[in-house]
Amino acid sequence: MLKKRIIPCLDIKDGRTVKGVNFEGLIDAGLPVELAKRYADEGADELVFLDITATIEKRKTLSDLVELISKEINIPFTVGGGINSLEEAATLIQRGADKVSLNSSAVIRPELIQEIASQFGSQCVVVAIDTKFVNGEWKVFVSGGRIETDLKTIDWAKKVEVLGAGEILLTSMNSDGTKNGFEKSILKEIVQELNIPVIASGGAGSKEHFKEVFEETNVSAALAASVFHFGEISIPDLKKYLNENKIYVRTT
Amino acid sequence: MIAIVKYNAGNVTSVKNAIERLGFECIVTDNSEELQKADKVIFPGVGEASSAMAYLKEKGLDEVIKNLKQPFLGICLGMQLMCDYSEEGNVECLGIFKTKVKKFPPLDLVPQMGWNTIVQNGKENENEDVYFVHSYYAEVCEETTATCNYILNFSAALQKDNFYGVQFHPEKSGKIGEEILNKFLMLNF
Repeated sequence: MLKKRIIPCLDIKDGRTVKGVNFEGLIDAGLPVELAKRYADEGADELVFLDITATIEKRKTLSDLVELISKEINIPFTVGGGINSLEEAATLIQRGADKVSLNSSAVIRPELIQEIASQFGSQCVVVAIDTKFVNGEWKVFVSGGRIETDLKTIDWAKKVEVLGAGEILLTSMNSDGTKNGFEKSILKEIVQELNIPVIASGGAGSKEHFKEVFEETNVSAALAASVFHFGEISIPDLKKYLNENKIYVRTT
Repeated sequence: MIAIVKYNAGNVTSVKNAIERLGFECIVTDNSEELQKADKVIFPGVGEASSAMAYLKEKGLDEVIKNLKQPFLGICLGMQLMCDYSEEGNVECLGIFKTKVKKFPPLDLVPQMGWNTIVQNGKENENEDVYFVHSYYAEVCEETTATCNYILNFSAALQKDNFYGVQFHPEKSGKIGEEILNKFLMLNF
């Protein structure tokens, strides 16, 4: 049976792992490669690295980091943060990233999804969507959640699938960093409408939250950051708990 | 020396890194002499079957590969290209494994992406899930040595003489993947 995936996310700033609360107030959580190795050894199914301060000057730092990660870890990983062109995506993939994650750049220029998918395959392209419930509807936000767009989340998700995205990473900004649980309503809606895997993100605070999101929505994976970084939930404990509750995840 | 076949199917960085992590030296090459001289040959690949086959033929690598005598391991698309035929681009492949590669029927999400259990000798390999990413699968045949179930039963691993193929990615399958890769790299013919 294909298992549900548990994915720790490492937000990277200046080569360190950080985690913000509601996208602000960054707290240092250590060296990315060390954390990545620890998570891989503990049974994480994949890893996501998001460079949250990606600027042109930092681009080389990120691709160096990707190479280092690829040499050290033996599970799939995704890299995102400020990837604006096919060339940038190609560099990261060639240096060892299994997938790249696009966010604002895909909203600005949706063809980028197609360009990367046709060169490297849809399985390489994750589209990250930051969403927030505003005036009665779920809207897409860009630039690290700072700018609201006109796009409705469900419409954008359907469009990126058509353009060749292989997976959607949906972060609810309302719940991100709150530890009050994943935002299940929008996840449920998106999973029903799409035929590609959806990764739930934003709001994990307890083992029960993971169980609920898998029970109540048909997401393929759940992603979290701070609960793992600060040791509030250990991956082996979480996986044992999920398996006991008939949410089947990989055990090693 | 381990040789990784260089062709137009995706990147080989992860496979190369995994081999080096296990302490083996490797080269990435499309030179037939280098491939023939290598102790082991690995044929990775993420990409599209018909364009990959066209490239192999253009370089004459199809004949070189079929006639290799050392342990040879195809991974993912590499494994699929070792079969008779692929529906992906409707193409005749290398014909090492007597089976066909077909597209998953759309009864669940396609591609299969993630960790799944394989069955060997009628027994599930518990706690040894491996990582899959694929939209096409090889039908179970006489050369199938392990199966996996997603939508239907398909070949997770195949073997004939010195030729091995795996649908999953050992280079991305954690410790168990490293063990599988290491077992292949330690084979003695």
